[in-house]
Amino acid sequence: MPELRVDLEVIAGLVAEGSRVMDLGCGDGMLLGHLIGKKKVRGFGVEISLEGVRVCIERGVPVYHGDIDQGLSDHHDNAFDYVILSHTLQTITKPRFVIEEMLRVGKKSIVSFPNFGHWRNRLALTFSGRMPLNPQFPFEWHNTPNIHVCTIMDFQDLCRSMNVRIIQQIPLGWTGNRPHGKVKRLLANLLVPMAAANLLAPMAVFLLEKGEP
Amino acid sequence: MTLASQPGSVGIVTTQYVDLFTREKPLALDCGATLGPVHVAYETYGQLNADASNAVLICHALSGNAHAAGLHRLDDKHPGWWDDYIGPGKPFDTQKFYIISTNNLGGCNGTTGPSSIDPETGKPFGLRFPMITLGDMTRLQKAFIDHLGIKKLLSVAGGSMGGMIALQWALDYPDQVASSIIIGSTPRLSAQNIAFNAVARQAIMSDPHFNHGDHYEGPRPENGLALARMMAHITYLSEKGLHEKFGRRLQNRENLSYGFENDFAVESYLSYQGSSFVRRFDANTYLYITKAMDYYDPFPDPETTAKRLKPVTARFLVMCFDTDWRFDTSRSKELVKILNWNRKEVTFQELSSPHGHDAFLLDAPQYKESLAGFLRRLLEETTRQEINVA
Repeated sequence: MPELRVDLEVIAGLVAEGSRVMDLGCGDGMLLGHLIGKKKVRGFGVEISLEGVRVCIERGVPVYHGDIDQGLSDHHDNAFDYVILSHTLQTITKPRFVIEEMLRVGKKSIVSFPNFGHWRNRLALTFSGRMPLNPQFPFEWHNTPNIHVCTIMDFQDLCRSMNVRIIQQIPLGWTGNRPHGKVKRLLANLLVPMAAANLLAPMAVFLLEKGEP
Repeated sequence: MTLASQPGSVGIVTTQYVDLFTREKPLALDCGATLGPVHVAYETYGQLNADASNAVLICHALSGNAHAAGLHRLDDKHPGWWDDYIGPGKPFDTQKFYIISTNNLGGCNGTTGPSSIDPETGKPFGLRFPMITLGDMTRLQKAFIDHLGIKKLLSVAGGSMGGMIALQWALDYPDQVASSIIIGSTPRLSAQNIAFNAVARQAIMSDPHFNHGDHYEGPRPENGLALARMMAHITYLSEKGLHEKFGRRLQNRENLSYGFENDFAVESYLSYQGSSFVRRFDANTYLYITKAMDYYDPFPDPETTAKRLKPVTARFLVMCFDTDWRFDTSRSKELVKILNWNRKEVTFQELSSPHGHDAFLLDAPQYKESLAGFLRRLLEETTRQEINVA
């Protein structure tokens, strides 16, 4: 089985064995394939690209070819133990609605996204006066699929305003791994919540559930 | 090189026949009537493996028959109806799978139907043939699969009405179907679908030669049947596809006739489709089978749906084509929603094609890849399970 991208491994680590998992924007079904094989989950993906769907089928990952909204309206409240939205939040038209829906059909939700508040983005904008171009935001402003970029703090605000409880927040490094090295780990562990992470983490994973923040 | 010797062809095949049920032990039908014996026409391709775990049943649509792949004679101009998909190296790979195709109950290509001889009278049944349902067709197929000694089908696959039968299999025989592939289909006909079928039946029954269905010895209701087919044929293609193929091109003429002859190429194409259909199809079969489709409704309300789906273990692959308007994408999604709602394992894919409803019969790379991927995975998992058990 091919190795998972590190952020996907972090997400996979949050999922309990044998649970029911929906992955929104599941791409080629790598994460679900891993979860089905290793953690015996019952998985279901939603993917808009034909090529992604084809690979999911080959992997034996059940998948719905279509947009995220339609994928969710097919399901009962609490039909899944986890609903995952990994690196897709920034590309969807109605992020707030989608998160509401995720928390309706899932008991828990896992959301990961690139952090626009990372210092490199701030520096790029401040000094070059141009939109950042880096591994987290690799697209030029005019051809990017990202339409709703946000910072870690923006996302926390959104959760608060929606009465969503943040169970866990995990800042990740450039390559999607947890920050390594003593200082960085210290920063990640001690200075979360999370002004520091907002500055230092290029990416973050949130584990959410319904209820008070 | 003949068609039969081309790589990927199953070659020359012969339709086979078997009698199931007897007068004493007849096939019980949903309408309360019984039939026996029942003649079944079928073809098979590939080899059944030792533990009979590689059997795949292919279900044909309204006007299809048991001849799904290969050629009957070397000089056949057309191979079986799904020849692009069945054969060595094709999605339904005959080097791996044992493919079975039967003609449906009520058909006119070798399985007992209204044109068959009624043993009571020694004459064709005509409209004395009992009303049949898709459930009855499935029950007959099940008896046939039992006859072959196969306990569990790796997959039941079909397009259009064949997809409805594939669904019915998963519902009626939940322990005996590992997967169900449903293409360009629907869990129930809409009022518009029923309306098209109703007009087709009216065209047949109002033909002066219809004679209450007793037309096997005299002139047949050819105009009515051709008309029914022409109308249906329009619904099988897309507006875009038709326009691209024919546009407003005139047929065999330079100028408009200013009369009611076939001016346009599309008119003569439809006439050809109608008249060639009449040569191979029975008008009464058309009546019975369209009615059976109209009646089909396995999920009339949420309680029945939940009850019917509870024991179902098959995984589903539901596919559709974006220009299909006979059973458009929303009809497939309707089925997917019902399956999701009841927590069944389902994969849904919408493919792009200019060919409308007929796309499910035509060669298309992405469609092939998905089917092949699904089947390959299925076989791998079955094999792996066997290894685990061993």
